Amino acid sequence: MPEMFHRKIERSAVLFVLAIIAAASVGGIIEIAPLFTIDETVEEAPDMRMYTPLELAGRNIYIREGCYACHSQMIRTLRDEVERYGPYSLAVESRYDRPMLWGSKRTGPDLARVGGKYSDFWHVAHLTNPRDVVPESNMPAYAFLARNQLRTEDLRDHLAVQRTLGVPYTEEMVENAARDAYGQATPDTDFAAGVTERYGDATQVSAFDGVTTHVTEMDALVAYLQILGRLTNAAYRDTAATEKPPEAQD
Amino acid sequence: MDFSYNSLVAFSKSWGLFYMMGFFLCVCVYAFWPKNRKRFDRAKHSILDQDDKPWQK
Amino acid sequence: MIRQLTSSERQNALVIALAVAIVGIAMAAVGRSDVLGVHGVIVMLFGGIVAYLVMSTFYDPEPTEDRAASYYDDPIKAGIILSMAWAVFGMFMGVWVAAQLAWPDLAFDAGWSTFGRLRPTHTSGVIFGFGGNALIATSFHVVQRTSRARLAGQISPWFVLLGFNLFCLLAVSGYLMGVTQSKEYAEAEWYADLWLVIVWVTYFILYIATIARRKEPHIYVANWYFMAFILVVAILHIVNNLAIPVSWGSVKSYTIWPGVQDAMVQWWYGHNAVAFFLTAGFLGMLYYYLPVRAQRPIFSYRLSILSFWGITFFYMWAGSHHLHYTALPHWVQTLGMTFSVMLLVPSWASAGNALLTLNGAWHRVRDDATLRFMMAAAVFYGLSTFEGSFMAIRPVNSLSHYTDWTVGHVHAGALGWVALITFGSLYTLVPSLWRRERMYSAALVEIHFWLAIVGTLIYVFAMWNSGIIQGLMWRTYTEEGALAYSFIDSLVAMYPYYIARAFGGLLFLIGTVVGCYNMWMTVRSVPMAARTADVPVTAAVVPGE
Ligand code: HEC
Ligand code: HEM
Repeated sequence: MPEMFHRKIERSAVLFVLAIIAAASVGGIIEIAPLFTIDETVEEAPDMRMYTPLELAGRNIYIREGCYACHSQMIRTLRDEVERYGPYSLAVESRYDRPMLWGSKRTGPDLARVGGKYSDFWHVAHLTNPRDVVPESNMPAYAFLARNQLRTEDLRDHLAVQRTLGVPYTEEMVENAARDAYGQATPDTDFAAGVTERYGDATQVSAFDGVTTHVTEMDALVAYLQILGRLTNAAYRDTAATEKPPEAQD
Repeated sequence: MDFSYNSLVAFSKSWGLFYMMGFFLCVCVYAFWPKNRKRFDRAKHSILDQDDKPWQK
Repeated sequence: MIRQLTSSERQNALVIALAVAIVGIAMAAVGRSDVLGVHGVIVMLFGGIVAYLVMSTFYDPEPTEDRAASYYDDPIKAGIILSMAWAVFGMFMGVWVAAQLAWPDLAFDAGWSTFGRLRPTHTSGVIFGFGGNALIATSFHVVQRTSRARLAGQISPWFVLLGFNLFCLLAVSGYLMGVTQSKEYAEAEWYADLWLVIVWVTYFILYIATIARRKEPHIYVANWYFMAFILVVAILHIVNNLAIPVSWGSVKSYTIWPGVQDAMVQWWYGHNAVAFFLTAGFLGMLYYYLPVRAQRPIFSYRLSILSFWGITFFYMWAGSHHLHYTALPHWVQTLGMTFSVMLLVPSWASAGNALLTLNGAWHRVRDDATLRFMMAAAVFYGLSTFEGSFMAIRPVNSLSHYTDWTVGHVHAGALGWVALITFGSLYTLVPSLWRRERMYSAALVEIHFWLAIVGTLIYVFAMWNSGIIQGLMWRTYTEEGALAYSFIDSLVAMYPYYIARAFGGLLFLIGTVVGCYNMWMTVRSVPMAARTADVPVTAAVVPGE
């Protein structure tokens, strides 16, 4: 009986292909399938907010520039990491992250909780030329970001797609995406008021790069860096961490 | 039955193991089936044949 | 290029090329202000150039002989050339990014030349450009020779090869312009991914159809590996790249997988890309070219079967070892670790099988640098799979993860295994395919071998040192229980190793350039072989003996 069976496997290329699928697919299925029901085990975080359009744009610049190639955003459950970078990362904190940016290499330090650690001014100076601020650094200079106007006209589409995928952006947020992106980088304007109204008072509205006349990619990236680790306080509850989340500095 | 996280995990852990052992057994039977010996011998020598044309029937 | 096509096939080829060009025009039109527009132009030019090539010899005489009576080697030759060209490009990018880590000002004041954008051009350039083209070329060669049948298509092999290179071109040019999904080894955006699906499915069908035509009753084991490579890469690619584009006119898309699920899917992909792209495919090469070059059958065919199923089965479970101590559920991490350790068995079975095949032919290994390339590859394969299993153990991983140790491990595999087995196979293949008596210069093969070995060793030792030092510095405490070193302290300690690594990489790159020159001269100036041997020239005709 096995003899016949194997003769067939061998003879028929198609059967052979099926055998490969049978061997290769189980591993992935068994490990991944349960994760679709993982919502049950992910921590609760009722206070969690979504990225504002400006932060989302900044996140996309982070992706575009490949910052993830040198920076992780995943603090592991190890003592030295918690002491160096802050409370370990929870699954819920990347709930809205598409894609996740946990990273795999730390040429530079972990950034999962860098939000609020430095001032906007520091970030702008650092990104413009890291070696002006940290002489030993080998991080690339990103001066060009301050020269690039942020593209806001398609942010509406970005939010709409996120919404389709299940991120709870409201219709109003989607409609006002471009305005809000502008508003978050121009404090004391009508646009700015809309941002706090829609995304909460804790949202950091600031002239990130110090220039309010136009919104640059630098604004967006710094806005994103400043929110890292601060979308929810979940990690500071129920963990051994003694710290409080950092206050916003600007 | 509803697919709760825990029941899926339990299923994965138990049946995944049986599946693997079954698979391993089949592969061993195939590899060591005495009748296959000739075929394997032929296969391993066949790539050393010197000819430059597809076989025509 | 189209010498072997009949006139109706030439028409079809032209239609396909023009269709691609039209898609390019459409992309350029929809994507106007977006980078998509630039990519549209690239696609259009690519289709246009292929159409032009087809047109230029459109009315040449058609083939008269019975095509089924000979193997289809033209696409293989093109694949080898493309592979070597990508090797030089990808490794040059590797040396550049390595140098940037040591001397960060080696960039221009523009986005495209920063580390984050160049790094994926290196990884995609070497993995897909160099490795992928080599796999396509050798798989076409092996499947024909072992099946004793011609490829089951006249246009489709060209479609697969050129289509794949179009994908590589879109991917790499995209990174320079900032188009990336940020998923490691799957950075290319949605439209390039869709195109790759079409190409890959064609590849799969072509491969299966050729095997179905075989005259040998048994499917030789090298083909098993190639098939697993093609099939599993298709599954991985599709699942990991499921995404919704922001709009049809935008390069940007959002993956459907959020957070933890994305992490698991990504590393299930990422790890198995290593397994089925960088391991299974190249084992296919090993199981054909090593016995052929050594003129000895594989030591144990049974063992090769057992290890094939072991690798196919176990690898799929191992991906989660990339996520130790993260927010991924603990049991998934444990499962990943267990299977990673078990993987050592089939991996070493393969490496051992290769080395035992050489047992009794060591004098050949000594005299023939080509065979030595393959032997060294098997050794490095054994070493890096051992290291991999070791690093998958949670406590070890807590030290190695996020450090240069991982990079060292990757390159022990990438340089020592993938690149060496490829060079060994290509040195075997080039003279036989172009029907030359031998390689142009045995001395240059020898030089390439030593440059590659020394380069790899410098690279790997530098990264082992830097990685372990880095990992230890991060977790060292003072007596008072405070962290002993700041991050910057650990960074400063890395610089000497970054310089050493760039130097090792440079040696490796020079070796590759030497290899290109040698292959070029072989085709140009070595006399035709008197007897046309199907199987690559045996060691007896290797110069130096
Ligand atoms: C070549 C690798 C590399 C790349 C790419 C890179 N960085 Fe860095 N980054 C570093 C290193 C090294 C440091 C530590 C030295 C320093 O502060 O400059 C660092 C530090 C930082 C810090 C300060 C972290 C802290 O806690 O002190 C931030 C914020 C940062 N980088 C953001 C970014 C952003 C945003 C990008 C992408 C635009 C980026 N980095 C790209 C290597 C890199
Ligand atoms: C000239 C030789 C090469 C040099 C100098 C080189 C250099 C580099 C450098 C500097 C990095 C980035 C490491 C970091 O982020 O710290 C890298 C990453 C990588 N390279 Fe190479 N490389 C070379 C050849 C290759 C080859 C031949 C392959 C594969 C076939 C390869 C595969 C990879 C992979 C997969 C990564 C990503 C590693 C990770 O994510 O951990 N490299 N290489």
